[in-house]
Amino acid sequence: MATFGNLSSRLTETFKNLRTKGKLSPADIDGTVREIRRALLDADVSLNVVKAFTGAIRERALGDEVNRALNPAQQVVQIVNEELVAILGGDQRRLQFAKKPPTVIMLAGLQGAGKTTLAGKLAKYLAKDKHTPLLVACDLQRPNAVTQLEVVAKNAGVAVFSPEPGNGVGDPVKVAKASIKYAIDKQHDIVIIDTAGRLGVDAELMKQASDIRKATNPDEVLFVIDAMTGQDAVATALAFQEGVDFTGVVLSKLDGDARGGAALSVVSETKRPILFASTGENLDDFEPFYPDRMASRILDLGDILTLIEQAQEAFDEDEAAKVAQKFATDTFTLEDFLSQMQQLRNMGSIKKMMSMLPGAGAMKAQLDNFDEREIVRTEAIIQSMTIAERRTPKLLNGSRRLRIAKGSGMSVTEVNALVNRFEQAAKMMKTVAKGGVPQIPGMGPIPGAGYGGKGKIAPKKKGSKSGNPAKRAAENAALASGVPLTGPSTGGAGSGFGLGSGAGGATAATGAKAPPTAEELSALQKMLGRG
Amino acid sequence: MAERTPWSLSGALRGLRARKTIDESTWEDLEEALLIADFGPDITEALMDQMRAQVTKYSATDPEDLNRMLREALEERLAKYDTTLKLSDRPAVVLVVGVNGVGKTTTIGKLAKFVATAGRSVVVGAADTFRAAAVDQLATWAERAGVDIVRPQMEGQDPSAVAYQTVEWAIAHGTEIVIIDTAGRLQTKSGLMDELSKIRRVIEKQAPIAEVLLVLDATTGQNGLAQAEAFLEHAGVTGLVLTKLDGSAKGGFVLAVQERTGIPVKLVGNGEGIGDLAGFTPHAFAAALIG
Repeated sequence: MATFGNLSSRLTETFKNLRTKGKLSPADIDGTVREIRRALLDADVSLNVVKAFTGAIRERALGDEVNRALNPAQQVVQIVNEELVAILGGDQRRLQFAKKPPTVIMLAGLQGAGKTTLAGKLAKYLAKDKHTPLLVACDLQRPNAVTQLEVVAKNAGVAVFSPEPGNGVGDPVKVAKASIKYAIDKQHDIVIIDTAGRLGVDAELMKQASDIRKATNPDEVLFVIDAMTGQDAVATALAFQEGVDFTGVVLSKLDGDARGGAALSVVSETKRPILFASTGENLDDFEPFYPDRMASRILDLGDILTLIEQAQEAFDEDEAAKVAQKFATDTFTLEDFLSQMQQLRNMGSIKKMMSMLPGAGAMKAQLDNFDEREIVRTEAIIQSMTIAERRTPKLLNGSRRLRIAKGSGMSVTEVNALVNRFEQAAKMMKTVAKGGVPQIPGMGPIPGAGYGGKGKIAPKKKGSKSGNPAKRAAENAALASGVPLTGPSTGGAGSGFGLGSGAGGATAATGAKAPPTAEELSALQKMLGRG
Repeated sequence: MAERTPWSLSGALRGLRARKTIDESTWEDLEEALLIADFGPDITEALMDQMRAQVTKYSATDPEDLNRMLREALEERLAKYDTTLKLSDRPAVVLVVGVNGVGKTTTIGKLAKFVATAGRSVVVGAADTFRAAAVDQLATWAERAGVDIVRPQMEGQDPSAVAYQTVEWAIAHGTEIVIIDTAGRLQTKSGLMDELSKIRRVIEKQAPIAEVLLVLDATTGQNGLAQAEAFLEHAGVTGLVLTKLDGSAKGGFVLAVQERTGIPVKLVGNGEGIGDLAGFTPHAFAAALIG
């Protein structure tokens, strides 16, 4: 919806107008600033922050800085970006650990901000780094919050301390105090205290939170705030700052379509950094917060860095080299295809990955239509094949295909589509692996904002030539799930979501470790005028 | 900040009213006050235009008059829709939906108590099979409200099945009101939104759905609009419930939601106690906003 599109799409719209003009006039700047103001308000950035922000933009944009610049529009993008980074807290900070364990981390926030879920995520995240976190159930208010924490702890595979049953029974301050002792006895090096949700205006509960803080002397007090919060965010945050004096902020529910405008203003009003971002309902949907990346995400330049990091974590170097070798020697089989696809899924939601790419805002509609289950279906088809068939797709005659279709619960048409697609992809991969450029119309060689989106849409259009609607649908669906395979052909990280299979091609082609990534980053920086 | 008295538009408007005449700064203050109350840029602009027109028309100069006009305008806008809950079907099935952490389960507990107090038999269905311990949370509320509960037969059961069984149970036992809890879901997750459509379809096989209530958190900002539109599309929302009104946020965004989608606010939640639920009265709501 254009009228209340998110900050990213609003600003993109604004800059589109700017980019079409050669030079900036004061009137242009006024118009832009007005748009930015409105966009920020629509994104729930608090009014005070909006005022300060737009003031700074106007001042800097009107100054000589812009007029001297080669491309004024780029300069404005840079100013907006810089100011956003400044608002978001400038430099990032890591969790601070106590010199003498246990490190005590206390969570606080409104009801429903996501504290209990976050406790589990944080514990899992820390456990991954070889810590031994202990979750402490101090939310004795909400019905069965204790049970929820116990389940969360079980899922995260960490210990939990819950001596009180909750539901209004027990003293959270006592529990918090006892938990420290328990942690020392049982040698837990981190204690995460989940507290009850409370309103900023509730003096009594705020006092209780403050008492827990005093009793445990935590090294970090994290204020959990819902990214969807409106103008009230600042008032609430200031109340919590006064009540428990939190040391850091965690932004939750960032996977929704809210841009978290108000949460950003919390940072500028309380001068506390955002340490983490919580981006989904699974315990792994949790990442450190990067102010600069968030700023470029707001500017629709994509959160490329986060994406690459995630991809690298899920992607196995050796596997990549093996695949590249297979491309080059023409022994790439459906088996490899399957394992690649599974690897790609390990990275998390494709949708999530794609939405982090530059220009993804423009293809939001396509993203919404993309069905993650397509991958599952493709997997089902391949898994219904015998090993011999996977290795030699030429074996697949009519009756074999019928068997596979039955086995996977798909139609023969879909099996055919997959096999065709695989053959084409394998051919294309081979070309790339040997250093050639595959013929794919609509895929510009330049990585960066905007292009990624167009490139991905183009082959989709091309695919639906069939006059038979069912077949066309199947082909389109096949292309949608085939998207990962076309990744490397866009010239490396230009299509970052294809990294699962893409890095393989890139590695073979150039022999270096994902060089387009650096290339693209520099392109991005150039675009921001930093380079 | 952490004042004991909840924030209200009236506080923000106090400065405005202290002035003797309406001048340019009055308008600036008014705009600011409306924006801070989360009305959003669109409604704020519309209200500003309306106020300017009225002030010119009646040649008003007293900020007190402006204040009165604003309250009337808000009341009129809020009262445009019918706010009564329709629970005349037997069984009357109420489906409760919303994003994560807005207070769906708590609202159900209160609503169950509310309806049970009115002498109706109630059963709640724990179709939130996703979140850890959500079923237990609802069970605790059901116990407090003194109503029956239908639990999932196993962990992670299909929520539609639970919803179906709840309605089945109600028909078998002649229970009058059925309230079904669903897992919180962000409106951007299309798979989860489709699940809601499925729950709806499955329930409708046995009984028509009387009300689909979308629970909105008063602290939410303009994203509330996106939530309402998405839930309207997938779940056919018939009414809004505004929760956490006991905090410092007043939920001005519901006006925008109501106007954009035509769905009225039907209930408001203002506390953690089981009795902290009330029907929505435009007059009182406007008064709370303006003071």
